[in-house]
Formats: sequence, structure tokens, C-alpha cells
Amino acid sequence: MFYREAGQFKTTYKADQAIFPIVQDRWFVIGVLAFAVLILPLFANQYLYTEVLIPVLILSLAAIGLNILTGYCGQLSLGTGGFMAVGAYAAYNLALRVPETNLIVVFLFGGVMAMLVGVLFGIPSLRIKGFYLAVATLASQFFLEWAFARVKWFTNYAPSGSVAVANLELFGIPIDTPMRKYLLVLFIVAVLALAAKNLIRGRLGRMWMATRDMDIAAEIIGIRPLHAKLSAFAVSSFYVGVAGAMWGFLRLGSWEPLAFDINRSFQILFMVIIGGLGSILGSFLGAAFIVLLPIFLNQVPGLLGIPLSTAMVSHLEFMIFGAMIVFFLIVEPHGLARLWAIAKEKLRLWPFPF
Amino acid sequence: MMLKLVGIAVAAAVGGVAFAAPALAQNEQFIPALVYRTGAYAPNGVPFANGIADYYKLVNARDNGINGVKIVTEECEFGYATDRGVECYERLKKNGPTGAAYVIPLSTGVTFALTEKTTTDKIPIISMGYGRSESRDGSVFQWNFPLLGTYWTASDIIVQHIAKKEVGLDKLKGKKIALVYHDSPYGKEPIALLTERAKLHGFETMFLPVTHPGVEQKATWLQIRQNRPDYVLLWGWGVMNSTSIKEAVAVGYARDKMYGVWWSGAEPDVRPAEAGATGYNAVTLQHTAGQFKLHEDLKKHVYDKNQGSAKWDETGEILYVRGLINAMLGVEAIRTAQARFGNKPMTGEQVRWGLENLNISAQRITQLGFDGVMKPIKVSCADHEGARTGRIQTWDGKNWKITSDWYESDDKVIAPMVKDAAAKYAAEKKIAPGCLTN
Amino acid sequence: MLGPVLETLIGGLLTGVLYALVALGFVLIFKASGVFNFAQGAMVLFAALSVARLSEMMPLVVAVALSVVIMIVLAYAIEFLVLRRLVNQEGIILFMATLGIAYFLEGFGETVWGSNIYKINLGIPKEPMFFFESVFPGGLLIDREEVAAAVGCAVLVAALAIFFQVTRVGRALRAVADDHQAAQSVGIPLNTIWLIVWAVSGIVAIAAGMVWGSKLGVQFSISLVALKALPVLILGGLTSIPGAIVGGLIIGAGEKLAEVLLGPLLVRWFDLAGGGIENWFAYMLALVFLLFRPQGLFGERIIERI
Repeated sequence: MFYREAGQFKTTYKADQAIFPIVQDRWFVIGVLAFAVLILPLFANQYLYTEVLIPVLILSLAAIGLNILTGYCGQLSLGTGGFMAVGAYAAYNLALRVPETNLIVVFLFGGVMAMLVGVLFGIPSLRIKGFYLAVATLASQFFLEWAFARVKWFTNYAPSGSVAVANLELFGIPIDTPMRKYLLVLFIVAVLALAAKNLIRGRLGRMWMATRDMDIAAEIIGIRPLHAKLSAFAVSSFYVGVAGAMWGFLRLGSWEPLAFDINRSFQILFMVIIGGLGSILGSFLGAAFIVLLPIFLNQVPGLLGIPLSTAMVSHLEFMIFGAMIVFFLIVEPHGLARLWAIAKEKLRLWPFPF
Repeated sequence: MMLKLVGIAVAAAVGGVAFAAPALAQNEQFIPALVYRTGAYAPNGVPFANGIADYYKLVNARDNGINGVKIVTEECEFGYATDRGVECYERLKKNGPTGAAYVIPLSTGVTFALTEKTTTDKIPIISMGYGRSESRDGSVFQWNFPLLGTYWTASDIIVQHIAKKEVGLDKLKGKKIALVYHDSPYGKEPIALLTERAKLHGFETMFLPVTHPGVEQKATWLQIRQNRPDYVLLWGWGVMNSTSIKEAVAVGYARDKMYGVWWSGAEPDVRPAEAGATGYNAVTLQHTAGQFKLHEDLKKHVYDKNQGSAKWDETGEILYVRGLINAMLGVEAIRTAQARFGNKPMTGEQVRWGLENLNISAQRITQLGFDGVMKPIKVSCADHEGARTGRIQTWDGKNWKITSDWYESDDKVIAPMVKDAAAKYAAEKKIAPGCLTN
Repeated sequence: MLGPVLETLIGGLLTGVLYALVALGFVLIFKASGVFNFAQGAMVLFAALSVARLSEMMPLVVAVALSVVIMIVLAYAIEFLVLRRLVNQEGIILFMATLGIAYFLEGFGETVWGSNIYKINLGIPKEPMFFFESVFPGGLLIDREEVAAAVGCAVLVAALAIFFQVTRVGRALRAVADDHQAAQSVGIPLNTIWLIVWAVSGIVAIAAGMVWGSKLGVQFSISLVALKALPVLILGGLTSIPGAIVGGLIIGAGEKLAEVLLGPLLVRWFDLAGGGIENWFAYMLALVFLLFRPQGLFGERIIERI
């Protein structure tokens, strides 16, 4: 009843091709954005910004990137952390060597460099598939992690191997408070997420999905696998690279290659799977879930007044995390996005049974 | 569906509670504890965290807090992961009536990451025996306190000891010294000093990184066997330390030619290698293993009441003792601050003043029950390290034994390096160097 | 020069055997049930922890026997609670499920057994042996523990081969590996077969855990050896037991030789901050190899139909 498309007539091609063809969806997205821009800053404290909102948004972007590759094009990748590192270090080097560059350009540069590296490491996908490819992408993960730890030029010969950025500004406005960082992240993520949404319903997206569903069949109907797979690697790595640059600049401030290690790759893969393969919304839901779960689990025993040792809490966190992943996969293998779709379906009918 | 709704309701309720922080009593001093009791570094993280926790308990039970101000602490597990350490800090820094008094990261990576955050939050970092070596310059690193020694101090003392064994610094010429290090900001710290010293005395250096967590060292030690360095310095942490010693046994490298930093010289590092570790040396952060005077009070007020965090037999272990010392220095800094600002909970800013004016005399050390464990320490704006002495200890198969006299790191070498590095940092971060007065 | 090279080669081959031992567990499960079991590393950790902690209370043999029982129970639990409920899901979903199992097992293992460094003492002297001291300066160093591990591994592989070739259960396992549906149609109970492979790979995990544990000490990080086994797997092929062994040997020797010989050269040429190329060398080796043989060394040819 609340979510009815009946009566919404599309009288032009343009209306039919809108990103959100249904009025309620459009209003929902605008509402969420308005809430995030106008309402949240009224009551959010620093902790909420730096440890919840900013990480969730940046990792959502990385998850969208991986989702394009894995969810839409069907190429499983475990190298996300490495590509994030490319973005972060490329952005760092541009900001260092050309200090007057606009911050947005710096982030985009991180994305572009990640894109180039992504295409390079995407070449094997033309030959190998499935788990073989997944393990092959680990090669990029370990190689890139190693390169940023060892090649001194990347870290500007810092003796500690740790790099730091400071005094960020955009159009003369210093990006120093958590709220400003948050708004900047929100802006970039919103724009790129909309772009992704737009991309996947177009020619490129359809090409990817055809390749995912069956690559040989796709080839037979005239989709070049080279083009489809490498473009997926390129776009995906671009998103991941921008996310990496923002993770370094706006989340960490100072970082070492360990910040982009294999656990980061797994974390983002978890987000994609739990959120829902092949769903932009799912990327956000998955990121929120994975970031919030440990914070939440950490606080539960304290709030319920159960005296548990720190070690026990941490072990429990591992166990609950693992168990929840298995539980989710059993109950809803299509992820949180599918739950959302079910909810929408219910809203469409409610309160009538049919 | 019903189940899911209930779940959401519960989550919302719990979330609501999380934002409504419980009201704390006003006369409490909150000190966050960033710990790692799980993961690859737990064998070393646990005793240290226990030492800190027990000292706070002791102060609360025996003295009714610091001048009547009770210590409240909360542990946050971060598993030696930098980002989670920062999350812990962010979560805990505002707790208590005056916020966090100080933060003890016990991770060089987290210290690096927090160095800028604490400047704006006005919370001092006590990085006792770790962190950035140049952060001893308090005019640039106003909020960092690498008390008792930095990695430059540690590596300098080891070089001095080796020179003494070779009878003279000039005898180091042509020798080869290898550094096996944890590949992180922590492990890389001594490289600058060793390079400098190598230039001065003409010895060769060889730097061999070991990737986190450090269980994969076979190739590293094959390289050592192939190149036969005269000495091997070990800068490891967690399970990497014992693996290094085991691999040294496996390639037949003499353990008495191996020198660990003070984080590679505790019981969990040598015990797993069993007899193989005999003869292995480490520089001490002044103290070695063993119970001392304070333990009488500890037994009476904490352990006899079953409040202890560790087993009683473990309270003489090196890292536990180090935890005690670290907590004591923090508590004394708060006491120093209270002498100026009054006996009430201190803010981070006030504790910073206390740390910068920390002055613990030999007499005070005896009063505190730390006799024979540490030497006097005097901190100032120019010197946030406060003391830079150490001895060499050797594992005899059962116990750590002190096997050298006191050394003091050579400021003729280190001071210019500190000045350069701090100036570079200040220029990068656009900090105007200067001492804070309150 | 020849001395160190030979020494590194031997050391690498022996390490490769240890990698193969972990890879073997992966292959067994993948072959029979198509699950890429990422929890193999966590199983190795769990098995090593239980052997180490139990052997503190009882003789080693009893501890191992008890650990076998524990691993069988664990296999049953995984089969009953997870796999049975995920039948017919895609490979990636099953893979994710094993990642979840890995997390759970790591937390569970540390909760039950503790998070210190524990010892497994197999009674092998730690001091190395030296050979050909007259031929090479300093002799040729060989680690006794690794030789023992290699022998143990050989015995285990032989036992597995006999089990697969001769016994009735082994034949059923091979049938399932060849074709699930056909096997089921001739009356082979799939669930039982899965239970058996998980239990067998649990036992392989005990062997791997004991060898690694006696070498490194039993601690959380042991679960990371799974990552070292992955390039072995893709090099040897996901479905081939001989592939796991040969792949292990190639990877072990390759990465150690690269680190010791190539590493210092790279450091000098490119002014790197230290070597450490073994972290990615194995993967790169496997990757380059895959470009020429996408199904691995001994993997089954991939035939694709529409």
C-alpha cells in the first residue's frame, strides 16, 4: 500500500530510463541524502563521525567497487586491499609532489592509478576462472603490499615506512573537523554511487552481467570478453582506489601498508556477500553491518552488566562474527539487499494479503 | 519476520543505551587501557596489560586512589591492529569526568597514528620504550612521552656493548651487524641509528625485514647463514621473537651473538625455544625479571583478595614488571599534576604538565617500592625520554641474568639525529616548535 | 656458491613438504565436495592447539588419539550445521561459509585452549645436521625436524593413497569426486562421504599442526599457513593429490631460492628497504604458470559447454 507503482505512468522514454524510475525510490534516496546532510550533523558526535559514518561510507565505496567486479561481472577478487593501497599511495605522492593540487583531483588520481594497476592484474582473468582467479588476485594483494613497504620512493624515503598527510583543504576550506571530512566523503561517495548505479544499467553493465551469467555464451552473442572483463577490472579498481585514497587521507591520516593488508580484502568481500552480490544498496548495507557489528559486540557485555574479560569478549567477537556469517549464508544467501527487496514487496501489498 | 522485528527493536534499544552514557562519580580519574589479549601478539600483550591493571588496583585498594581520586579504567582489545587501536582510543578518550588522563598504546604503529590526534584532543601519550625516537624532543612532540628509552637508545646501547666485547669502537671496523626486524614502523626505528653508527665506525650493516606476524623466517636465516654476520640484532614482537630464536638454532647461528631489543627479551620470547635460547641476550629497559618490594603490597592488597589479573607466579615476569613500572609512571605524573592543580581528577592537559615535570628521585623510588628496578628519571620539555640507560641481560636456560654494567646511550650521536628528525617533522606538519607551559 | 644454493634448495624442498601437507587438506575436500575450504588453516590451528594442550596432561600418543576424535566431532558439526544446509548453493557461497567457519574456529580454539604459545615436543633434536663438510665450507645444513616432517608426510600420503585406491569407502569417495549425481544414483550416501572427507582432512590438519607446531610453537599465527598453501594449490591443481605434493615442492624451493638469491640483487638494483620477496613470489610463480595451464599442473582439463 505504501509502495505502489500503480498509477505511475511513464509517458516518455526519458522517464522510463531514469535511474530511479519509481517515485518512492527517488524520494527515499533524496530523503536519506537529506537526512545525512542536514539532520545527522545536528546530533552526531565525533565518535559517530570518525568511527562509524566515515568508515562505513568509505568502505561502502570500496564494496561498490568490488561488487562491480564480483557481483556484476562474476570475477572473484581477493586483491581489494592492494588496490586500495595503490589509491592511497598514489594520492599521497601526488599531494606530496604537487602540493597545490585540488583534493578531489588527488583522490581521482588515486582512483586512476588503481585503475591502471587493476587492468594489469586483470589480464590473467582472460585465461583463468573461479577460485584459480581468486587465488591469482592474491598475487596482486601480496605484491602490492610488499611494493609499498619496500620501494622507498612511494613513502618519500620515510625511515619508519609510515606516511602521513596533514593540513588538508578544499577550495580554501580546511578539511579538519570530523564533520567536514564526513561531508566530503558523503559527497564523493554519493556521486560515485549514483554513477555506478547509472553505469550498470547501461551497455557496460549489461555486458558485465552477460559475462557473469555465462562467459562463453556472452562471447557467442558478440560480447568481447577482453573488453568486458578488463573494463570491469578498470571501473572496479577505480572505485576501490578512490576509496583507498579517502581511507588514507580522511580516515587514517597516517598509515602503513598493513592498513591495506589481506584482512581488508576479506573484510570488503564480506561486505559484498552479506550486503548482496550485484546490488549497490547492498554494498552500503553490508559495509554498515560489518563495521557496526564488532563495535556493537564489544559493547553488549558492558551494557548488560555481564563481567567478561577483554580476551573473552574478543574471542566471542570472532565466534559470533563467524557464526553470523554462516547463519546469514544459510538463511539468506543473497544478502541484506534481498531482505530489503522482500520488505519492499511486503510494503507493496500490505495490509492486503494478495 | 517477527523475529527480525524483535531483533531490530533490541538493536535500537541497545543503541539508545549506548548513547546515554552512565553518569560517573565526579571524583574519579579515567585511564583507558588499550590491550591485546588475543591474536599473534597476545603472549606479550597479556602480561603487560596485567601489570598495568594490577598496579591501578593496588593504588585504589592500598591508597584509596591517587590522593583520594579513584582510578577507573576500561580495557579495549585491539589485537595490535593500528586501525582498531585508534578506534579504541576514539571510543574511550572522553570517558570519565575529565576524559582520558593519558593513553598507553603499546604499539609503535598506534603511537604513530595517535601522535596527531592527541595534539588536538589534548591527551598525552606515554610510549615507554617505544614510539618515534625523535619524539623525545618535547618542543615538537609536545604530547608524546617515550619515557625511559627510545629505540635509538636501545640500539646505541647494544652497539656500545658489542664494541666493549670487541675491546673498542674502532674494532668494529669491517664487522658485519645484521638487524632482523618486524616489518613495521616499530622494526624500522633502529635503522637510522645503526646506519649512523656504521658510518662512524665503519662496520657493515644488513637489514632483514620479517613480515607480520613473523612465523615465516626460514629464508631470512638462510641468508644469515650465508652471509655470516658477526652479530644479529633482533627487533621482533610477539611470536616473531621465539621463531627467530628457533630458526637461529635451526641454522646453527650462535645465540650468544644475538642481541634483542627490550621487547624481544622476555619470557614468552625464549621459553618456546627451550634449551636453544640459552646464551641469547637482550638489552633491558633498566629492569629485569623478578619480584621486588612492591610485590609485598601487591600480594596483600590485590592477590590475597583474589583480585589479581595474572597468576601469582607470573608477577615477576619481565613484561608484567614493565606494566607495573609504566602504570606507576602514569600515576606519578597524575600526582605531580595534582600537586599543582589540586587533588581532583586531572584533565589530559594537566597530566601532560605532570609528565613534563615528572621527577622521580632515588628516594621516591624506594618509597614507591621500586627499589632496584629502575633508576631516577627526570623529564623536561627538551627531554621527554627522562633517562636513557640500560644493561644487557642473558637467558641462562631458566632465568634472565644481568651480564653487563650500566650503559648510557651516547647523546653526541643521538641528539643531533633527534634534532634533525624533529625539525623535519615540524616542517612537514607546519608545527612551530615551543614548550607548553601549562 | 654451490653450497648455499644446494642448502637453500634442500631447505626449500623440505619446507615445500610442509606446505603440501596443508594443501592436501584443501584438495581432499575440494575434490569430494567442491568446497574451497578456507577454514583449513583454522583447522590446523585448532588441531595443533588441542594436541599441544592435551599433551600437557597426557602422553603424546593419547593426546593425538583424542585430537583425532575431536577433529571427527568437528567434522560432524560442520557437516551437520553448515554444509547440509548449503547444498546446491554456488561455490562462492560455500567458500564464504568456510571463511565464517574459519573465524569461528579461531575464536573458539583460543577460548577453549588459550592464547599463549604452547609446545608440541616430538622429541626430535633441534640442532641441525651438517653433511659434506669436506666439499663445502661450513658443510651442508639440514634441519632434522624438517626431514622427520617430510618422512611423516610421505607416510601419510602413502596411507591416503591406499585408503583411496583399495578400500570400499575410498572407491566411493572417488566416485563422488568424479560425479556427484551418478554416485548418488548408485546409492552412495553423499552426506556420509562428506563427513568422511572432512574428518580425513581434519586428521591431515593434525599432522600439519603437529609438524608446524613443533617447529614454530603452537600459536594463533599457525592459521596463516593456509595462505602459504594457496599458491601450492593453484599450481598443482585444486583436485589433484600428486599436484599438491609436486606443487608444494616447486613453491617451497622456488620461494626460498628467490628470497636468498634474487632478493639481495633486487635490493641492490632498486634500492629497496629489504627483501622479503617470498611473500609474493610463490603467488607470482603460480600466476605466471596458470597463464599457460589454467587448470594447474595436474588439474582436470576444464571443458566448458553451453
